Amino acid sequence: MATYNLTINKKKYTVDVDPDMPLLWVIRDFAELTGTKYGCGIAECGACTVHLGDMAIRSCVLPVAGVGDKEITTIEGLSENGDHPVQVAWKELDVPQCGYCQAGQIMATVALLKQKPHPTDEDINDSMTNICRCCSYTRIRKAIKLASEKVTGQVLG
Amino acid sequence: MENRSVNGLKRRDFIKISALTGGGIMLGFSWIGCSSGKGKPVTLNAYIKIDADGKITIMAPNPEDGQGVKTSLPMIVAEELDVDWSQVHIEQAGLDTKKYHRQVAGGSGSVKASWDPFRKAGATARQMMINAAAALWAVSPDKCYTANGMVLLKDSEKKVAYGALTTRAAKMPVPKNITLQNSGTFRLIGKRIPSVDNQAIVTGSYKYGIDTKRKGMLYAAMVRPPAFGQTLKSFNDIEAQKSPGVEKIIRIGDKIAVFGRSIWEVMQGAKKIQAEWQSDVLLESTSDYLNNFKALLIKGPDDDPKRQDGDIKKAFSKPGIRTFEAWYEAPFIAHNCMEPMNFFADVRSDGVELYGPTQNPESICHKTAKLLGIPEDKITVMMTRMGGGFGRRLMFDFVEEAVLASKAVGAPVNLIWTREDDMGGGYYRPMCSYQYKAAVDANNNLIAWHNNSVGVTGNASRPNNFPAGAVPNLQVDAQDYKSPVTTAPWRGPIHNFIAFAEQTFMDEIAHGIKKDPVAFRLELLEQAKKKPVGKVDYDPDRYAAVIQKTAEMAGWGKPKDKGIYQGIGAYYCFDTYITQIAEVLKQDNGKIKIKKIYCAVDCGILINHSGAENEVEGGIIDGIGNALYAEITLTKGKPDQANFNHYRMIKMIEVPEIEVQFIKSNEHPTGLGEPPLPPAGPAVANAVFAATGVRLRTQPFIKSGLFD
Ligand code: FES
Ligand code: FES
Repeated sequence: MATYNLTINKKKYTVDVDPDMPLLWVIRDFAELTGTKYGCGIAECGACTVHLGDMAIRSCVLPVAGVGDKEITTIEGLSENGDHPVQVAWKELDVPQCGYCQAGQIMATVALLKQKPHPTDEDINDSMTNICRCCSYTRIRKAIKLASEKVTGQVLG
Repeated sequence: MENRSVNGLKRRDFIKISALTGGGIMLGFSWIGCSSGKGKPVTLNAYIKIDADGKITIMAPNPEDGQGVKTSLPMIVAEELDVDWSQVHIEQAGLDTKKYHRQVAGGSGSVKASWDPFRKAGATARQMMINAAAALWAVSPDKCYTANGMVLLKDSEKKVAYGALTTRAAKMPVPKNITLQNSGTFRLIGKRIPSVDNQAIVTGSYKYGIDTKRKGMLYAAMVRPPAFGQTLKSFNDIEAQKSPGVEKIIRIGDKIAVFGRSIWEVMQGAKKIQAEWQSDVLLESTSDYLNNFKALLIKGPDDDPKRQDGDIKKAFSKPGIRTFEAWYEAPFIAHNCMEPMNFFADVRSDGVELYGPTQNPESICHKTAKLLGIPEDKITVMMTRMGGGFGRRLMFDFVEEAVLASKAVGAPVNLIWTREDDMGGGYYRPMCSYQYKAAVDANNNLIAWHNNSVGVTGNASRPNNFPAGAVPNLQVDAQDYKSPVTTAPWRGPIHNFIAFAEQTFMDEIAHGIKKDPVAFRLELLEQAKKKPVGKVDYDPDRYAAVIQKTAEMAGWGKPKDKGIYQGIGAYYCFDTYITQIAEVLKQDNGKIKIKKIYCAVDCGILINHSGAENEVEGGIIDGIGNALYAEITLTKGKPDQANFNHYRMIKMIEVPEIEVQFIKSNEHPTGLGEPPLPPAGPAVANAVFAATGVRLRTQPFIKSGLFD
């Protein structure tokens, strides 16, 4: 066991846990932020996607000891009331089915749009590797484009 | 609270009015299968509540697994009640064995069963508001009409909000004569209404079962036999006991429960248990199943056929006929709900609380009562939105584990499965094999059809599937294969594979007799309409209409760009008609890329356009993904795949463009949870044949080497 000081959604947390405990479980069970989901535990599904700085990472394989002093953002920290453009696009296009994967999909999208404000279909294919078991992929793609328009004010082809 | 009730002729028309303290009115109504036996009091399982301040609450009684009923069922009520959607609040009901019955998400049945009772309840509430306003103004009710939660007086400025009428309405008799809204002028039904849980989902605030945490609660992980058919001989938990965060380890039958303060810590603890397993049944591998299935199909069944029209023996021995034969193999596949199995249970001396994701709250209540030997009214069940169901959450096993674990440890427990537990065990879609034979006469008429089936399931066939009804000699046989592998319904049970076998076999016959596959199907449907043989489950006209519509959308038969080929899958199940045409590109390296799926749907009256379209698109992609990639293989009873690194799931990059159209209809609405999936596999397989001349007969298709 060891003590770690983490900044999650701009709030400070001190946890006393096994250094090997993946960040996902620290976020869920110790910071008690359950919006970030567990799907596979081996970096295959993306349900656990959070931001470390500006980077989207799969928190189920990052030991808490490896976080360092980078700021962590989870779905709960994206906006006050769900009005981040990506969240708005998700609601407008009624993307979720069961909804379980969507926090991860949204976090992956936010990171993608930071890097590429106008992603092409190929960019979307390459970077959106999260699994949606309900297969809401068609709407996720549309919502990414809509969110891009909202962020940049430009319509994508 | 004052209760009065009216019991109509039919039990399902039962409506009960309650005046709420502090004003307001609640109208409870019964709905599908909710009679509790002859002569017994009728139970109610849904309600509409109108508060004095005008707030309208509609309770959604059905479990929600992403199929959209939490939005679509209240839409039906709101339409008839004539209120603005923005005025309406939706509540998810828990299971109350006294009040509610038959709350199941399965068989694509929620919308179909709810349509009439939900409409009548909404219309009754609206009529009550009209009657109350008429009494208030001392006019005849037919001088009044409604709009947006108000009653208005014709040819006058007078109007009054529903909320202001509740006290008066609660004292008046429940109207017997009600008028339903005209389907031609629906304001809400057929529109695109976003899911009522979207805000909570996109902000991460929605609590799924895995998120349940209570005071004094322990998490539990379970160590289970690694192979189907094994039992626990002994175990050593010295290392596990020392594992941080682990508080207790208890053997429960052939499983070992590890309790602790956090999910990851109990999962780690479980990994450290060294168990020895034994077996006194044969632990079979995938090849054993395949060989045994084949032998059984060759031997034929001992039981009577599931369906028999004419005489296939005679037909197959006629001179001058041409015969076709093909064999198909369906692998075990996992449900892979995105949210792994989990359940909360608190077993106390005075009662049991169950809380979590289930498709079948009534059954888990019943089974828990039996398991613990306590009356059902000591048990409360509350459902969370499910992170996927697909049939897996119809089962009781994970609830049983939580109940036994809570009882054993004497504390509330949230029992969580790892992905490995979830995929590498539990329940699978049954493995099945099929032999199809058909004969055409000298005039190319289909005169005989035989489906011989076997699987790890009671009945691997769907005996009344098209072309049954259109073939003079038809027989369907099914054999059950006993296996320790536990199987469960999987989105579109049996349909999910048999559609592939039937629809590709039909394609094979069409190509064999040089008939266009679309024309071939339409001719058979014409036959089923004009000269039906035996029972005809489907409406040939509706079936034909979706085929024609899809063909038109896809430009079927018209010249295509170089390398583009099409294939069709046309299927009917759960009262819904769906046809899909897959368009594939044969790339220069010979590999196939799925470019587009055209799809027409006849599900009767469309309730929520947005939810329905989402469900159809998802079903198509799920159908493609599973046909292409999904497979669980077994080595001596032990699954070879336990996580997504060895079990491929379809991802964004493989998803084709999809175009969906709904047939305009005034027919009774039907479900969409399952029907969109089955036609996708055969549409792709038939397009692959068109492109390459290769017939796919087993899944996953990836094994053919034709896909990347
Ligand atoms: S839970 Fe982290 S990628 Fe699946
Ligand atoms: S919406 Fe269910 S897994 Fe994506």
